[in-house]
Amino acid sequence: MHVNEAEFLQGISGFLGSYYVTLAVLNGIAALYVWERLEKSRLALVWLALAVFFLALSPLAFSGDSRMMGIISVPGSIRNLVNVVMGIPWAYSTGTLVFLSLLYFFRKFFVKPVVAWSGLNAALLLMGLSITNPSFATIVTKPDNVPIVGLVFLLGFFTWLGANKAVTNDQRMKQGLEPTEKMNSEKILVWPDLVYTELICMIALTALLLVWGILLQAPLEEPASSVKTPNPSKAPWYFLGLQEMLVYYDPWMAGVVLPSLIIFGLMAIPFIDFNKQGNGYYTIEQRKFAYLTFQFGFLVLWVTLIVLGTFLRGPNWNFFGPYEIWDPHKVEALNNIDLSEYFWVIGLERALPSAPAGAGAIEQIGYIILRELPGILLLAGYLLVMPPLMAMTVFRKFFFRMGFLRFMLLANLLLFMMLLPIKMVLRWTVNLKYIIHIDEYFLNF
Amino acid sequence: MPPLGEVIRNSQIWKSIFRHPMPTDRRNRIVVMLTNFFLHLHPVSVKKQGIALSFTWCMGGVTFFLFLVETITGVLLMFYYRPTIEWAYNDILALRDVMSLGIMREIHRWGAHAMVITVWLHMYRVFLTGSYKPPREFNWVVGVILLLLTLLLSFTGYLLPWDQLAIWAITVGSNMARATPFLGHEGPGAAILTVGGIDMITDASDARFGLLGARFVGEETLNRFYVLHCIALPLAAALLLAIHFWRVRKDGGISAAM
Repeated sequence: MHVNEAEFLQGISGFLGSYYVTLAVLNGIAALYVWERLEKSRLALVWLALAVFFLALSPLAFSGDSRMMGIISVPGSIRNLVNVVMGIPWAYSTGTLVFLSLLYFFRKFFVKPVVAWSGLNAALLLMGLSITNPSFATIVTKPDNVPIVGLVFLLGFFTWLGANKAVTNDQRMKQGLEPTEKMNSEKILVWPDLVYTELICMIALTALLLVWGILLQAPLEEPASSVKTPNPSKAPWYFLGLQEMLVYYDPWMAGVVLPSLIIFGLMAIPFIDFNKQGNGYYTIEQRKFAYLTFQFGFLVLWVTLIVLGTFLRGPNWNFFGPYEIWDPHKVEALNNIDLSEYFWVIGLERALPSAPAGAGAIEQIGYIILRELPGILLLAGYLLVMPPLMAMTVFRKFFFRMGFLRFMLLANLLLFMMLLPIKMVLRWTVNLKYIIHIDEYFLNF
Repeated sequence: MPPLGEVIRNSQIWKSIFRHPMPTDRRNRIVVMLTNFFLHLHPVSVKKQGIALSFTWCMGGVTFFLFLVETITGVLLMFYYRPTIEWAYNDILALRDVMSLGIMREIHRWGAHAMVITVWLHMYRVFLTGSYKPPREFNWVVGVILLLLTLLLSFTGYLLPWDQLAIWAITVGSNMARATPFLGHEGPGAAILTVGGIDMITDASDARFGLLGARFVGEETLNRFYVLHCIALPLAAALLLAIHFWRVRKDGGISAAM
């Protein structure tokens, strides 16, 4: 991990220099496009100025000199601040949730191409300023992590694109017009219009894969050894959201039950969603509940946990800020407390119920159930009381339109999905370890 | 003498393959879609709006293309790679350092990562446009299974280089299986499954053992994952892909505003 700072900066100088040149070219193209097609000369000047700015950064990067690189880096004080702030357990998850909520609530503003392009430039500049930090660079440029950097930008783009179209359609439909997708019902022949698109796509993709393959070598570490456990040991990146869930739930939940429910829940979507509107065109207003639930599950619970697991989880699965060195000796206090302990020991100030010596099997189980009764009641209450409660209150209209079975399916899937954020919040606030803790039968919940 | 192209197109061989003239007029552009095996996956005509790039994002097609890339590069890699503990790592090393066309491994790996991403993006688009709604409910279900198969294909392939990255990622991933309720030896409920005091679920008979073929990631696992990766899962994926595409046509063609 201890890389010579100067050598490291020399090593990335070529990449970083070309990175800024690329950004300059991109903004140059944007300026040209805005000038020629949209005929907005003032906006074109802004992008042109930005292009010049990026172009000016590139020689600093190409130099590889540590003083020059210092200028184009995130200042140390800010880096420390980011590390400290993100080190607060709830900061990352809550922060991303707040950020995505802001994007959602002010979507009419954010879907404007100008805003999106500015945001993209800001994100790319931040990447560039950060990559001069060895810790950041090591993690982001690890060959198997590069796809996730790509995923984040692709998701950003496609979420923006979808929202952009949805906002346009929603505004049109508010005025009584039909969505843009319905305006043109013209049919065209597949040969040549579609097959040529496909051919061009295939050629472009082949070129992309070849360039990617030439520029970036597939990772190959030391030969496998069952005695040398790497720290951290990570699953493939697309399963890191599940691995992250292991912080909050035992493997039987995080690794088996919840993933199965994700797959089952995805399959159930078309049979739960009784809303006939919004079939074949982008819209948010017409299917707000479906949209928000999916985005919460996909972007908040799935993607941000993958990003967290990939970039911010280091040795011993400890949390590390983006600019923090992965120190394997970092100690994190683990004072998590079971609900049973909260109830019996802290609440009632007595010892946990345990079977007297020489008790029979049935009696032992009885004592275990007594010990975990608060958690069992709580969970049973959650799963049994919540659905009728939901049906009578917020989901009243849903319940009547969906019918009993459909509604129960929806309610239970939602309740299981919320188990993760609920446990997260309980962990952050009251250090809750297990709601039900039955080590004797591997039944920890 | 007529131009060479014309000679070729008038030859018996050409005409035996393509039973109609070049698709330059409306009639032949329709006929070509009906008489060509590869093209007949498509309809003859589509809604213009349905194939607009900003609408479809093209991600389903890209995923299928990547599946083909993975198949072709995978077959080429199979000619070279031997799935045994003695050779697996060395063969990958040689692919990297000495083999011409060793870049096939890079393409295979990056293509695999890209495929996971494009499957997600495809599903994302299908969700955002509500295209899973009737009559396409079942095809969405098929698609979810294809998502699962894509992840499993990638997961099983992850082990094959037999380096530290590989076995520990698979160890972490497959450790989950031993906590399977009832079927894992450290899962809740497994203790109940005893017959006459003998445990039915042990570390040599549980779900993880079934996955790995052993108590830990070893020789048997490499073989098992190799067969899954190269034969079982691709066959399953190919079958479901066929159903998926067929249902796209039967359920009203590619998604467009209803």
